[in-house]
Amino acid sequence: MKLVSVLLLLAVGSPALAQTPAQPPTKLEIQYSQFKLPNGLNVILHEDHSVPIVTVNMWYRVGSAREKPGRTGFAHLFEHLMFMGSGHVKYGEFDQWLEAAGGDNNASTGNDRTNYYINVPSTSLELALYLESDRLGYLLDAMTPKTVDAQREVVKNERRQSVENQPYGIADVVLGEMMFPDGHPYHWPVIGYMPDLTAASYDDVVAFFKTYYVPSNASLVVAGDLDSVKTKALVEKWFSEIKPSPAPPPPTIPGVALSSVQKKTITDRVQLPRLYLAWITPRLHDPGDAALDLAASVLTGGKNSRLYKRLVYDMQIAQEVNAFQASAELASTFEIQVTPRPGHTIAEVQTVVDEELQKLAREAPAAREFERALNGYEASFYDRMERLGGFGGKADQINGYYTETGDPDWFNEDLGRYRALSASDVRAAVAAFLPLDRRVELTVEPEKKQ
Amino acid sequence: MKGRVCAVSFLIVLAAGVAIHAQQPPDRTKPPQPGPPPELTLPAIEKRQLANGLPVWIVQLHEVPVAQINLVIRSGSADDPPRRFGLANMTAAMLSQGAGARSALDIADAIDYLGANLSADSTSDLSAIRMHVPVARLADALPVMADVALHPTFPSEELDRVRQQRLTSIIQARDDPGTIALVTLSRILYGTSHRYGTPQMGTAEVIKTFTSDELKSFYASAYRPDNATLLAVGDLTPERLMPMLESSFGSWKTPAAPKPSQSLPATQAAPARTIYLVDKPGAPQSQIRIGSIGVPRSTSDYFPIQVLNTILGGSFSSRLNNNLREVHGYTYGAFSSFDMRAGAGPFSANAGVQTDKTSEALTEFFNELNAILKPIPAEELNRAKNYVALRFPGTFETTGDMARRLEDMIVFQLPADYFAHYVERIQAVAEADTQRAAAKYIVPNRLAVVVVGDRKLIEPGIRALNLGPIKLLTLDEIFGPAPTLDR
Repeated sequence: MKLVSVLLLLAVGSPALAQTPAQPPTKLEIQYSQFKLPNGLNVILHEDHSVPIVTVNMWYRVGSAREKPGRTGFAHLFEHLMFMGSGHVKYGEFDQWLEAAGGDNNASTGNDRTNYYINVPSTSLELALYLESDRLGYLLDAMTPKTVDAQREVVKNERRQSVENQPYGIADVVLGEMMFPDGHPYHWPVIGYMPDLTAASYDDVVAFFKTYYVPSNASLVVAGDLDSVKTKALVEKWFSEIKPSPAPPPPTIPGVALSSVQKKTITDRVQLPRLYLAWITPRLHDPGDAALDLAASVLTGGKNSRLYKRLVYDMQIAQEVNAFQASAELASTFEIQVTPRPGHTIAEVQTVVDEELQKLAREAPAAREFERALNGYEASFYDRMERLGGFGGKADQINGYYTETGDPDWFNEDLGRYRALSASDVRAAVAAFLPLDRRVELTVEPEKKQ
Repeated sequence: MKGRVCAVSFLIVLAAGVAIHAQQPPDRTKPPQPGPPPELTLPAIEKRQLANGLPVWIVQLHEVPVAQINLVIRSGSADDPPRRFGLANMTAAMLSQGAGARSALDIADAIDYLGANLSADSTSDLSAIRMHVPVARLADALPVMADVALHPTFPSEELDRVRQQRLTSIIQARDDPGTIALVTLSRILYGTSHRYGTPQMGTAEVIKTFTSDELKSFYASAYRPDNATLLAVGDLTPERLMPMLESSFGSWKTPAAPKPSQSLPATQAAPARTIYLVDKPGAPQSQIRIGSIGVPRSTSDYFPIQVLNTILGGSFSSRLNNNLREVHGYTYGAFSSFDMRAGAGPFSANAGVQTDKTSEALTEFFNELNAILKPIPAEELNRAKNYVALRFPGTFETTGDMARRLEDMIVFQLPADYFAHYVERIQAVAEADTQRAAAKYIVPNRLAVVVVGDRKLIEPGIRALNLGPIKLLTLDEIFGPAPTLDR
């Protein structure tokens, strides 16, 4: 039903789109089956027989936003511990067994969720289900303070590599601190602070596991070259015995807003300065969220986008400019980054950015400009259907949609959010959510030469 | 859902699992064993030709309504003339900056409006114009791609724009310790006169001197139907596609002038192990690259090397990652690779390690580089072979993946049955093969060691290891003097 209404809307309600080239005909729709185990685990199965591989994708509703003060970075450190062995899988065997089966695996931690995937040839599906279930059911049986110590050092090196030794890497950390007040869970970085990583203990691991790594706080997607009936039996076989436990209550974090301009200058080991402008914007899927995605595209998507064309192409005073809406559960952020060319200043580029923001807040983008942004979004939905496993693959998206909306097949609805917009919605979103007088302005300056 | 799979073996394996009652706790002391390799039936490569002789390879993948169209030119940066390094790369970058009657902005607008992606790039052995597009918009996008490929105009004001962009990025390359380490290793192994010793983009000195005429002349010699193949992968049929390709690419003619040809100079024999230290004051990690000149893609040891490198540093459980990350916690990850090109590309082992463990990490690197010369336990060898062989089907998943595999076939002239025999050739690698390859290609006392880090903190420890002489390199010696920009 939902599908039909979206398509009808397109056909009758959007004269602008009539001028666009033929729309890709295929519906964005996936077939799936879904069930819940008695212990509360949500399971979604999706068949795709195009390549003989399957993927086991698990989302837990926990991220850095659930961390306690003094233990920042813990959700991510915990994610590393999930690969260190479990009750029936000795340390090292998780990866060795999967590699021997031709599999690969990874995980990532965000503010709001942690996701894990295992890709294997379809003939090794049961091994992947066994490993995934063993660490949900029996992780603590294999956990020791020594395990925690080992991954603590790895994670500290991950932070060094991605923050301190990464050009401009510290900027994201400082931006979060400037955007969100002390105590707000988006105030600290997902990777955490070094002293907190040092402080993380074995007891923290036990408590975190018992609270958040429970079936009712997880969702499992098994997708690929599989038979749904047989896969359901295998999932029941390996996951049913895991004990139920109440799901943690959802976070209760009051909304936040910036009331003035917050300015700061920091230094880094870089050759060129960089300007970061950032706003707090509507949450994932709230009104304004999709319009700001399109606004980002109108501003910096491609050579004809407003900021790229003026700063990089025409004036040639910037090396690069980038804008994006980073959507999240508690609050989103909209960010613009500009790197001036040698001989040009932050002030020069900021003047141009502000002129363009004001202009876009006053006048809706032209029809062609708006459709260009929309068409790019539409095409990206098809591109995202090509890969089954891994981060951003179909299984990961299904789990994301389920976790965020309750509907695993929310592809069309998501695209519908964009197609329902008009050029004036983009203008309105810029006017409402990207004010010049309520934002963060962070400048990274090159360290002085010694 | 047109299957590409023979699923018979798959069904038999799963049937055993269904008989078990879900209510009984499963026996976790017996982990499920990996199944046999699923059979991969690759879709056919349909080989056609346009009237002008341009070969067209088509692979139908109908799962998603998208198409990937790549025009592959068998000339790349290895064809750059001496002292003109960066010419092929600049030529490729300029293709979309003006073509036919279209300006750079026109091209970008047309492509973006269609929801397509169009890129032009060159690496050592090829240049390519690659387009990804919703298949419903292919007919509108192909003429734009064809203009970019066949009728580039190389406007001089656009060349100046790209030049300034590139000079600035060369300045920025000095920011990133990993980039510095990579550029340094290539420079040390190949020197300044071999093409592999200089980044694809070339040096600032040369970038400043490119003219539209020079680019046009390189373009005219390399971009021609008898030096190109057109790849089309996706939700396509030859019947619908071929007329579109004929009308967009059919006018392309082969000129009389000779094609460019690679003439890479001979490489020098590796000197005794030397440490090259690049100072990065304040760096919390040291970026380490340990390497030597490896092998060309045509090496008869290709399959043993895939397995060998997987064991050394090609997978998460590899020896380097297990030692430096899991056992010692010195790094977020340690890996190795053989970069294979038409000529012998570099072998390197890599990690970013915490500054205060730099010398300890170097010791562990060499422990592993020495240990790989010894016999490899059967279980470890089998795991690596399975890892390489069983992952193979997954490398054909998307239209982009498939097109890249086809590019390899064209550029390295792989036989038509190459993919069909890949898995069995990996499985046929014996321990003696990997040991022979290790002895031949990994010579620990002839490796170049590059360390980019905080010199005052790491030099004493490195010196105490006595790995070899230490040479200090400045960023100017690696990148050339920092360029100044025109404006």
